Amino acid sequence: MNGTAMNSMQRTLTTLGQQEPDRVPLFLLTTMHGAKELDLSIEEYFSRAEHVIEGQLLLLKKYRRDCLYPFFHASIETEAWGGTTIFLPDGPPLCGAPVIARPEQIDNLQPPAVMQSPGLCRVLATIGGLKAQVQDTVPIIGVAISPFSLPVMQMGFDSYIELIYEQPERFERLMQANIAFSVEWANAQLAAGATAICYFDPVSSTTNIPRDLYLKTGQQVAKRALAQIKGPTATHMASGRCLPIMAEIAETGTAVVGVSVLEDLAKLKAAAKQRVSLLGNLNGIEMRRWTPEQAEAEVKRAIAKAGRGGGFLLGDNHGEIPWQVPDDVLLAISAAVERWGRYPLDWVDDWSDGGG
Amino acid sequence: MEELIKPFRAALESLDRIAADNVFRQALERLSPIAAVEQLVVPALEQVGAAWEDGRVALSQVYMSGRFCEELVEKVLPRSDPDRKHQPRSAIVVLSDYHTLGKRIVYSMMRAAGYELFDYGRMDVDELVARALADKISVLLISVLLLPSALKVRAVSDQLKAAGAPVKILVGGAPFLFDAQLWRDVGADAMGRSAADAVNIVHGWMGEMP
Repeated sequence: MNGTAMNSMQRTLTTLGQQEPDRVPLFLLTTMHGAKELDLSIEEYFSRAEHVIEGQLLLLKKYRRDCLYPFFHASIETEAWGGTTIFLPDGPPLCGAPVIARPEQIDNLQPPAVMQSPGLCRVLATIGGLKAQVQDTVPIIGVAISPFSLPVMQMGFDSYIELIYEQPERFERLMQANIAFSVEWANAQLAAGATAICYFDPVSSTTNIPRDLYLKTGQQVAKRALAQIKGPTATHMASGRCLPIMAEIAETGTAVVGVSVLEDLAKLKAAAKQRVSLLGNLNGIEMRRWTPEQAEAEVKRAIAKAGRGGGFLLGDNHGEIPWQVPDDVLLAISAAVERWGRYPLDWVDDWSDGGG
Repeated sequence: MEELIKPFRAALESLDRIAADNVFRQALERLSPIAAVEQLVVPALEQVGAAWEDGRVALSQVYMSGRFCEELVEKVLPRSDPDRKHQPRSAIVVLSDYHTLGKRIVYSMMRAAGYELFDYGRMDVDELVARALADKISVLLISVLLLPSALKVRAVSDQLKAAGAPVKILVGGAPFLFDAQLWRDVGADAMGRSAADAVNIVHGWMGEMP
């Protein structure tokens, strides 16, 4: 199969089936870069579905990516809960003040209706517009923040950690509301045309909570939520570590795990044991100052460590390329995937880490 | 005191407030409050911080450990106690972005180590520079989560230098962990890889300052 040219959908599905496609799929998750393409501010860009549709299609062609990524910003979900968004000129939009100022508010918390949120409807319109353009040739990746990680934006990380440890009943009440919302939101995106849902769950990372706590909390929430989402999911740790819980993440029913540059990709691939595919793990922060040569070396390193046998999508390690990463680096990554990502990866036999 | 550090750290990491309190009391039977802080609390928190750096302990445990210790130390070394370290004159801030957990952890660790410092909350560049100059700050701890915020440290550093203020800047947060060169690029004097690391760096600077 790998001698035949594939479209992005075929390439992606083949690798998710733990087989080698024609080349490593490139999941370069650029969001704000669409605003640069259209010469708009980030706030203007995300104010209309038409902008994001046009931006995503331009980025698809420019970087020869294998997916469309109609992710606006995480705070668009908290807008549905009554929150606000703070736009920056040069970075991802941020959440305003927490919508849960006191834990007692959780007692009467009701999940908002997706279709009553203008921001979420804008995302759905974007997904629908992209689907009309590409049909089933390119995967369209929707995003839902996990019910377990959403409270960082709803109430602040410090208050949320205290809630998890000190108020288990209120924690469960919050999870019930959040699961209802996240499932409705994910399914609405799938109905609009998304191929899969990226389930961002950084709080479950062992960077943020210990493994035993994950098994009692984040993993249980993921099992409950993913079972109700009517399509494939990719669980993303947004730069956090996950090697000690890789097998347990696989048990939640997810198809892909987004992994961190803090962990060795070869070890992660071995731990995945073909039960889940990996997405990662280029360093998006360092990428800002890479030369094209460094970009090529990093692409080679990632492919050498995780490419063989399929089950691997090349991307950054956070799930969003920073605004500051220049075009020449992104184009160099794209060119390197074309050059070094073609299967079979015979060159890997002669590759050594550090040697490039 | 070495024999108490291990159970104290274990109590902190398992969030056993009662056990941590008991070990701290044992230390106080032998030592003055400030000596117990320096010989038990600070080394234990250093070990917790080091374990977080290499992935053996999670951020939630670091946060709760810092909070427990801050409470323990507050009881025996209240804000007005003359043994508290008010020098170097220090302040901590979240620059530009709105993610406060890192700052909260470092603030707790600094106070658990016996330091007093201003908590500026969240500020933008101009407000921060004006406040640091007005307060005659010698050490400025800056916490960020986002890359654009990290890059703004350069403006803080340049403005403080232009004002002739000998302020040492210590930065911390995710962008600096993912790019080991970044703290130098933005004109900081040091980068703390963990909250305990930050305490150590400030302690070292204290010895260098007049």
